[in-house]
Amino acid sequence: MNKTLPISILIFLVFCFFVFLKGLSNTNNYIPNESLGKKISSFNAKNFFNKQETNSDELFIEKKIYLLNIWASWCVPCRNEHKILMQLSQNDSIKIIGLNYKDNLDNAKKFINDMGNPYSKILRDQDGTISIDLGAYGVPETLVIDNNKIILKKFVGPLNNQSLKEIKSLIR
Amino acid sequence: MNFYKIVTVIIFFFFSQIVNAQDSNSKLINKISKNIRCLVCQGQSIYDSQSDFAISLKLIINKKIEENYTEEQIYDYLINQYGEWILYDPKFNKNTFFLWLLPILVFFGGGWIIFKKTKFFKL
Repeated sequence: MNKTLPISILIFLVFCFFVFLKGLSNTNNYIPNESLGKKISSFNAKNFFNKQETNSDELFIEKKIYLLNIWASWCVPCRNEHKILMQLSQNDSIKIIGLNYKDNLDNAKKFINDMGNPYSKILRDQDGTISIDLGAYGVPETLVIDNNKIILKKFVGPLNNQSLKEIKSLIR
Repeated sequence: MNFYKIVTVIIFFFFSQIVNAQDSNSKLINKISKNIRCLVCQGQSIYDSQSDFAISLKLIINKKIEENYTEEQIYDYLINQYGEWILYDPKFNKNTFFLWLLPILVFFGGGWIIFKKTKFFKL
């Protein structure tokens, strides 16, 4: 009886040690893979260039790969990824849809005029709720979606050469 | 004169109901917001945060409450969008059962040790 207690405490402590050790090896950062393979919910949003509303179901009709890029003129990393979006817009199998996030319309229009327009359509998310519905949590963020509205990949943060390669590999 | 009194009472009652409904909505928003992790902040709930993400999430919660979603349904919606990690108070499931049961196990284990060690119970 005298030996049982210290042994059981020791076993318990060793067990706790391994539980915490395993916990330490897991990254604390949120990995946004929850929405992968899921269908995006349909939404209505105002158009960027006119005040008409568009339903998202009208966007993903053609048999192409769609990039839904969430951007804002006040977001510095969005400027950095813009050249990659311009490059991707040259590809016929890709259609890029922009979602302008919590932005001043005049500033956003100036951004597009200065940097070029890679988007086939731009919608506005004035209060950020559409982005939440898409499972996003900031700008820039890019969702790769197929014509069945299934999310194939998600890029959090600015697109770079590595993401460009990954997107191109999805087209093949 | 009586007519005006009745109208005043009705108007007062009507507005008090609206204020009451808004108050209960904001209480529920606050309750839910305190249990939702701000995913872009460092250790803050969306209740404490003023980040764009937190503000938008609070708007969504408000919208869902207006659409008559229950608290559970709102949590389910957010888990579906962002995963279990978004909740501060995780639900009881196969991944979290140990977390929930450990304190109870420790409590009963400790009780058993005290029971075995203390002479009082042996009498």
